Amino acid sequence: MEPILTVDNLKTAFLTSSGKVQAVRGVSFSLNKGEIVGIVGESGSGKSVTSMSILRLLPDTARIDPESSILFEGRDLSRLPKKQLRDIRGQKIAMIFQDPMSSLNPLIPVGNQVEEMIKIHHRELSGEELRKRALALFQDVRIPEPEKRFAQYPHQFSGGMRQRVMIAMALANRPDLLIADEPTTALDVTIQDQILKQLRALQREWNTAIIFITHDLGVVAELCQRVLVMYGGLIMEESPIDDLFERPRHPYTLGLLRSIPALNQDKGARLDSIPGSPPDMTNPPAGCPFAPRCPYARQICARELPPYAAVGEGHRSMCWLLQPDAPAEGNPFREEEAR
Amino acid sequence: MSGPILEVTDLTQHFPVNRRDVVHAVDGVTFSIQRGQTLGLVGESGCGKSSCARSIIRVYDPTGGRIVLDGEEITHMSQKELQPRRKKMQMIFQDPYASLNARMTVRDIIAEPLLAHHVVKSREEANDYVYPMLERVGLTREHAGRYAHEFSGGQRQRVGIARALVLRPELVICDEPISALDVSIQAQVVNLLRDYQQEQGLAYLFIAHDLSMVRYVSDLVGVMYLGQLVELCAAEEIYAHPLHPYTQGLLSSIPVANPKLAREKEQSGIEGDLPSPVNPPSGCRFHTRCPFAKEVCSQEAPCMKEVSPGHQTACHLY
Repeated sequence: MEPILTVDNLKTAFLTSSGKVQAVRGVSFSLNKGEIVGIVGESGSGKSVTSMSILRLLPDTARIDPESSILFEGRDLSRLPKKQLRDIRGQKIAMIFQDPMSSLNPLIPVGNQVEEMIKIHHRELSGEELRKRALALFQDVRIPEPEKRFAQYPHQFSGGMRQRVMIAMALANRPDLLIADEPTTALDVTIQDQILKQLRALQREWNTAIIFITHDLGVVAELCQRVLVMYGGLIMEESPIDDLFERPRHPYTLGLLRSIPALNQDKGARLDSIPGSPPDMTNPPAGCPFAPRCPYARQICARELPPYAAVGEGHRSMCWLLQPDAPAEGNPFREEEAR
Repeated sequence: MSGPILEVTDLTQHFPVNRRDVVHAVDGVTFSIQRGQTLGLVGESGCGKSSCARSIIRVYDPTGGRIVLDGEEITHMSQKELQPRRKKMQMIFQDPYASLNARMTVRDIIAEPLLAHHVVKSREEANDYVYPMLERVGLTREHAGRYAHEFSGGQRQRVGIARALVLRPELVICDEPISALDVSIQAQVVNLLRDYQQEQGLAYLFIAHDLSMVRYVSDLVGVMYLGQLVELCAAEEIYAHPLHPYTQGLLSSIPVANPKLAREKEQSGIEGDLPSPVNPPSGCRFHTRCPFAKEVCSQEAPCMKEVSPGHQTACHLY
């Protein structure tokens, strides 16, 4: 299948008073039409900066490395002039964010904000036609009593309803790609559940590709077909969804999966936590960024960044333990294979 | 000593918003916590779980009901009367960024409760408590001279925990202590809280919206909806046999970190939004969203009743 988006060797850094923060340090992945890919990671892992770099929604202090490329429908977004990029934003690629309140204008009725989104890319439409389309979108995202809700202001909406409005705006122009940056993190689980169902239905109906950024492995398991696990500005592991949970092939992924208590968790047992804290990205470690916290780290891990190892169909992982000359002793992956 | 460390009976906490309207934040909540045990309180935002905690610690003056701490009623005690009793009950807050004074060193933050309660007379004397406490929560004495902004979120929460535990309280109220932390750090903090409980035998009121974590840390779990307790039972029981339709919906909404189970999962969940706590629905407050609602549900409020041994719920279905 032809990929709709191909990100190659993306490097994004921020110039700050305390030095250069290397937020993304060489990320490559691609996305097929209609596919839902999750990017998982902790704060500071570079997952949000990766998604913001795609649409170049970055502050002036950010620099995308000239060798990076972001190919979308044959064009390199990292080099595209601002004006052409504006035609893509909201039209071909749309985005929703964590906080729906700060993404809406509190002084304008919600319906008008959705209309505006359509109008920007369809200047030819009449007022009546705009209203009709906006109302249809309200129905698509299942906002109850759309006619009444249309004229209300953002403060009259609950968090979940606001996020539905954001989704309606994002889908206004039937984008080929939707980037969702932690859209359910600020919501309660019951509302999160409703929004996830909504996104799944829209993806099925309109075949929109979705990049879903989250720190919640549960959400990934429910929604995504493929996952990228990020840490220290790099993709540590990439895998089809089932394979990641059945055969995690990176010590960081293993640690993440073990630190969430399962619903049948033995209560007498302690949780396996990952000791330490994430690296400082102004001065990232020379070797594997996870090495200082990794229970299996060897000498080479601190010195040199490991190459990717292919460990299955569409499954790769960046870890020295997966290299052919890695020792078998104390190697969780070899021991598992031997069994 | 015998008897529960905390008994809350029919606790009610209302907040007037204007001359006519009142927010029914907590309405008739009853539970008790045994010494050395953990009660988990779960529910969506706005269900009153944090208000409940703040009434218990007497940040608010309860509108009604009784709060009995260690055999003594504290519901309407003056702040002056409360002061010596506060040593028994401490609190850990959700936001480790907002709950530590930015202008105090870590040493001063942890020493402050010791000085306020006259456990020690000077800052120098306080160090005998501060240093071991820092080491106990996984920091070092070198951290004592630093300020909160020099720490990561997880480390700050450790400072907040040290401040709460340094007085050796018998009850610690943990208001969403891990929800602001990254997944890999959450497990560190939860392990710390549990280890300390096993050593010192203190009790926790653990408030969170992460149900899998609540099950893991709690002995008993209470589920709140719109200011009321709708179900209360042993932690395992609530996951194995949830009775109240709200609890069932809440549990089915939790994303499962297992793609195969997630696909098989029943697509139930809960429809609609939380009604306003200013005008809570009549009868059972959940009837507007309940798939099993009958006529009686909108007319009569159900009472908590014991459906099976140790398992209480407030629902007309039982």
